[in-house]
Amino acid sequence: MKSRLSGNEAVAYAMKQVNPDVMGAFPITPSTEIAEYFAAYVANGEVNTEFVTVESEHSSMSVCIAAQAAGARSVCATSSCGLALMYELLYVAASCRLPITLACVNRALSGPININHDYSDSMGARDSGWIQIYAENNQEAYDNFIMAIPIGEAPEVRLPVMTCMDGFITSHAVENIELLDTGVVRQFVGEYSPQHYLLKKENPLAVGPYDISAYYMEHKVQEAEAMKAAKARILEVAKEFEKISGRRYGLFEEYRMEDADLALVIMGSSAGTGKTAVDKLREAGIKAGLVKIRVFRPFPGEELAQTLAGTRAVAVMDKSEGFSANGGPLFAETRSALYDLKQRPYLINIVYGLGGRDIKVEDFEQVFKRLANIAESGDIHPVYSHMGHRSKGAIA
Amino acid sequence: MIRAKDINEHTPWQDLTPGGEIYEPGTARAFNTGTWRTHTPVFHADACKHCMLCVPFCPDSAIPVKDGKRLDFDYMHCKGCGICEDVCPFPAITMVAGGVPK
Repeated sequence: MKSRLSGNEAVAYAMKQVNPDVMGAFPITPSTEIAEYFAAYVANGEVNTEFVTVESEHSSMSVCIAAQAAGARSVCATSSCGLALMYELLYVAASCRLPITLACVNRALSGPININHDYSDSMGARDSGWIQIYAENNQEAYDNFIMAIPIGEAPEVRLPVMTCMDGFITSHAVENIELLDTGVVRQFVGEYSPQHYLLKKENPLAVGPYDISAYYMEHKVQEAEAMKAAKARILEVAKEFEKISGRRYGLFEEYRMEDADLALVIMGSSAGTGKTAVDKLREAGIKAGLVKIRVFRPFPGEELAQTLAGTRAVAVMDKSEGFSANGGPLFAETRSALYDLKQRPYLINIVYGLGGRDIKVEDFEQVFKRLANIAESGDIHPVYSHMGHRSKGAIA
Repeated sequence: MIRAKDINEHTPWQDLTPGGEIYEPGTARAFNTGTWRTHTPVFHADACKHCMLCVPFCPDSAIPVKDGKRLDFDYMHCKGCGICEDVCPFPAITMVAGGVPK
């Protein structure tokens, strides 16, 4: 069914089609609309979800943890400082192996206080044990949320999933979208049937007990192994999803990478702008390409290395600062992934778009110009730089 | 299903329950938590009148009772807090330094 929806509407609609048992709800810009739309579905009797309004995001995630442990499929939505306030609980959800699904509408973290898009919120949670899947547009935001459920709930995975979309750019912009039939979605996600849950009276259960040093590390190894197993599960679910939707998903998207010399590694809506720049350069005879990272956790390191192996120069575009003084988080992962290649491309990192700073096709053309120079000269300095900010000195 | 009694500090990660879930009640009985003790209560049976005041005061249920008589301490679970000595109206309990029962 064709429709026109904003990203927030699309995710709320996906939630409605899933008809989860519980939603822990607390508003924060720009994710507020998801809970708002969903509250209307609840009020209209279109879903039979227990909609729990709470006093903070710490509590909304606590609701989801308790509900999921009890045996209820739980969902949540948040942004920015809301995700930061959940931080403690994100680790609890993951370590208790509770496959909660969270729609994260990415927004810059305070401070300075800002409501616009970058990835500082979800990047801060990248080591929490949650699977992270990023969308470029409304269609992907909708599709990713539906796919997240059978990914997280698979017995070999049992991890919570965060589906991310760009605040305002994706969450509030209305785009054409292809929606699935509700019956098809219900069948695709199936029933949540964990082996053990608190409400199963014939099976007493304790969740999240104190873990002494003699056990903690083994449980962390379990989590790490589950995250590794998630990679295959994500691809398996993508294959199933293609059958019902006709839309194909991988761990990342390769755009005109077959013979690319110069490439970008990027995430989210900026990839759309980057693709336009790639098309323009291709018309001019320059072998440009782009890799859009869809799954950031688990990070597809080996697959990405293979894709970039044939290139000469690559710019990793980070839309969040890591303050490592050594480049952003996507750069750290990508550079680490390329280390095992015998022949590596030159690699630079550009941090852009913080707090909603716009990036244009021309900006990407500038990046490709720099990559062309690097491919010729081999001079990658400065390896890590910023773009799109006002400065007295500019990088050529 | 993996039982608590089948898990110990030598169990490999593959044989532990996901996230440390426990599938049965009352498993604390099987675990020696008495090693945390730095002071140890000593029970003087001859001075005890079996008034049972110490039993409900013990935060760790470490004073067993059988047929209306309190028995010696369950040192596997006693943390040595000394509350029993405090509430005992008789000279039936004394705390001594060190974690090892005399």
